[in-house]
Amino acid sequence: MDIKAYMALSLTLFTIGIIGVLVRRNAIIVFMCIELMLNAVNLLLVAFSKMHAASDAVKASATYVSDAQIFVFFIMVVAAAEVSVGLAIIVMLYRNTHSVDINFLNRLKN
Amino acid sequence: MSNISALIWLIPILPLIGFLINGMGRKQLSKGISGIIGSAVILASFILSVLVFFQVKEAGAFNVNYFDFIRLSDFKLGFEFKIDQLSSIFLLIITGIGFLIHVYSTSYMHEEPSKDFAKYFAYLNLFIFSMLLLVLGGNFVIMFIGWEGVGLCSYLLIGFWFKKPEYTSAANKAFIMNRIGDLGFLLAVFWLIAKVGTTNFDVLFAPETLKLLTANDITGITLLLFVGATGKSAQIPLYTWLPDAMAGPTPVSALIHAATMVTAGIYMIARSNALFSLAPITQTVISVVGLATALLAASIAIKQNDIKKVLAYSTVSQLGFMFLALGTGNYTAAVFHVLTHAFFKALMFLGSGSVIHAMGGEQDIRKMGGLHKHMKITSITFLIGCLAISGIPGFSGFFSKDEILAGAYGYSPLLYGIALFAALLTAFYMFRLYFITFRGSFRGTHEQAHHLHESPAAMTIPLIILAILSVVGGAIGVPEALGGKHELAQFLAPVIKSAAHHLDHTTEYMLMALSTALVLASIFAAWSLYKNYKAAGEATGFGKVLQNKWYVDELYQTAIVQPLSALGTFFNNIIEKKGIDGFVNGVGKAVNYGSRQLRLLQSGQVGAYVLLMVIGMLLLFIIQLFV
Repeated sequence: MDIKAYMALSLTLFTIGIIGVLVRRNAIIVFMCIELMLNAVNLLLVAFSKMHAASDAVKASATYVSDAQIFVFFIMVVAAAEVSVGLAIIVMLYRNTHSVDINFLNRLKN
Repeated sequence: MSNISALIWLIPILPLIGFLINGMGRKQLSKGISGIIGSAVILASFILSVLVFFQVKEAGAFNVNYFDFIRLSDFKLGFEFKIDQLSSIFLLIITGIGFLIHVYSTSYMHEEPSKDFAKYFAYLNLFIFSMLLLVLGGNFVIMFIGWEGVGLCSYLLIGFWFKKPEYTSAANKAFIMNRIGDLGFLLAVFWLIAKVGTTNFDVLFAPETLKLLTANDITGITLLLFVGATGKSAQIPLYTWLPDAMAGPTPVSALIHAATMVTAGIYMIARSNALFSLAPITQTVISVVGLATALLAASIAIKQNDIKKVLAYSTVSQLGFMFLALGTGNYTAAVFHVLTHAFFKALMFLGSGSVIHAMGGEQDIRKMGGLHKHMKITSITFLIGCLAISGIPGFSGFFSKDEILAGAYGYSPLLYGIALFAALLTAFYMFRLYFITFRGSFRGTHEQAHHLHESPAAMTIPLIILAILSVVGGAIGVPEALGGKHELAQFLAPVIKSAAHHLDHTTEYMLMALSTALVLASIFAAWSLYKNYKAAGEATGFGKVLQNKWYVDELYQTAIVQPLSALGTFFNNIIEKKGIDGFVNGVGKAVNYGSRQLRLLQSGQVGAYVLLMVIGMLLLFIIQLFV
């Protein structure tokens, strides 16, 4: 399939993720959008990896490298770690302000 | 006499040490100690100067170079002293008369608190140090250090009683006018360095070096040097500071404005006589300016009523005579007149100080009179001074002044005529001063009459010594026409290369007889007008013009001072306050405003921060597309 389709899909997902982070008020929804962005990037990485693999196999080289697919695992690990820490912070936040509305997080003001 | 060149540095350093001790210890030292320290260092310098004089007389001139003052790749200037016949004479004048004035001051200033007393002696010592540097200097730059130093000390001493604003403005006036002249001096020095690469007197005045200068160079340099001399020695147009400088204590006027500082210009030109002899245009300028100043100041003096102002204008006038001598190539006569003038003018200033002291601070001669009965020593010594300055035969002033007049006659009889007229005015106003102050009847108040007394020995002994010098001081310059050998001219011959026009003896006798007769007539006129002086009303008509000093001060005020003041105010209000301050404050205001706006970014809203992050990312992405 045309790589452009994968790119378009990934871009769309990424944009939706960004807009979600900016617009949504609920902290958990913001986290979901961050996950969305990360996964959009994952998708793109895998697609490009397959694209390169297809052209390499045509050249019949024995050194087939699929770096991008391995990198996806790195991203997933990072995402998992970040989610665990982030959710812990949100729980502490809820205990202090009894809400997960990010508009109440203006204690950094002044 | 063993070689004294190793000790030359002591001559200026001793007064400097006196300055440091008295200056830094002024709060601790008693009046007696500070007076003794101040006077003793000058006495020591005087003794050394006497030894130097005899050494120079026997063995001739010598130079001493201490260290390299300025050392550039292509220009070297040493801190060097040149001791020759001319500087040794000036050394004697400065330290000798300086010592007498220091002794006089211990009595004159004894009413000051001890802190100010010590400060006074510190300033006086600093002045002597600077003046000694000036005359000892072996090149123009070292001379200029002393030149500036005496200007500074003049400012410090004139404004000594600084709590009175008119005194401080007189001090400012003196210093500023001096500085205007100094600009001319500096430009001449720069010109010399640019053209011949040296200012050392020995190297510069050698014929080989002088050949390197074109006629225009020489005229320009000498004119600029003369501008410096007009500032320092109070000639037209930079003379108005000297009468105002009488705001300082009287011994200061005697030392600085009669005997030493004002003669610095004449010393400088006499030292550079090789250069000036090659510049006939400048010499004409000097003669004309000197003569005009002599006449102008003499005309003002005949109508002044402050005893010190008369003497001040007399000084300006006599300096004019000295410059006339310099301009006619009669350098020896000018130096001779410096010497005799130092004697009798210092004598008369100190005498006036004695009078002011006795009158309890009064300086207006209309309130004096008949003081001869109460102050015999002061009166007689003052009379001797008047006779000397008028040029009565036998007194020192006669020989020096007649030599100047004879030299002027050799140049042009017209110059002689005007100079003779100025000399007659000199005799007239001096004897007017004498008769009004010391003869007639007392016109002051009763308390002043009770207070009248002769001054103590510390004041009268210097008077007597100076009176003796005023009488016998002419012996070193008796001209051949009268059977003398003119030892001074012979002594100065190695330094002063040119001589005045020589007149034959009959002409000289005629000139002497003419001037003596006219001077006696002038004295007689003064006697008959003022022997029984009754205080008159305010002057009218031409007398009023003379009394108001030909309105020169007012002219300077409107033509120079007020426009400059207005310019300064303009710069202050428009450019300084609105322009520069506005700009600097504006930067501050802009920073303030910007930071206030930026502060609004810190809303604490996490969402806003994330938005900014995203925008930043976008911008970087776009930029990397194009770069």
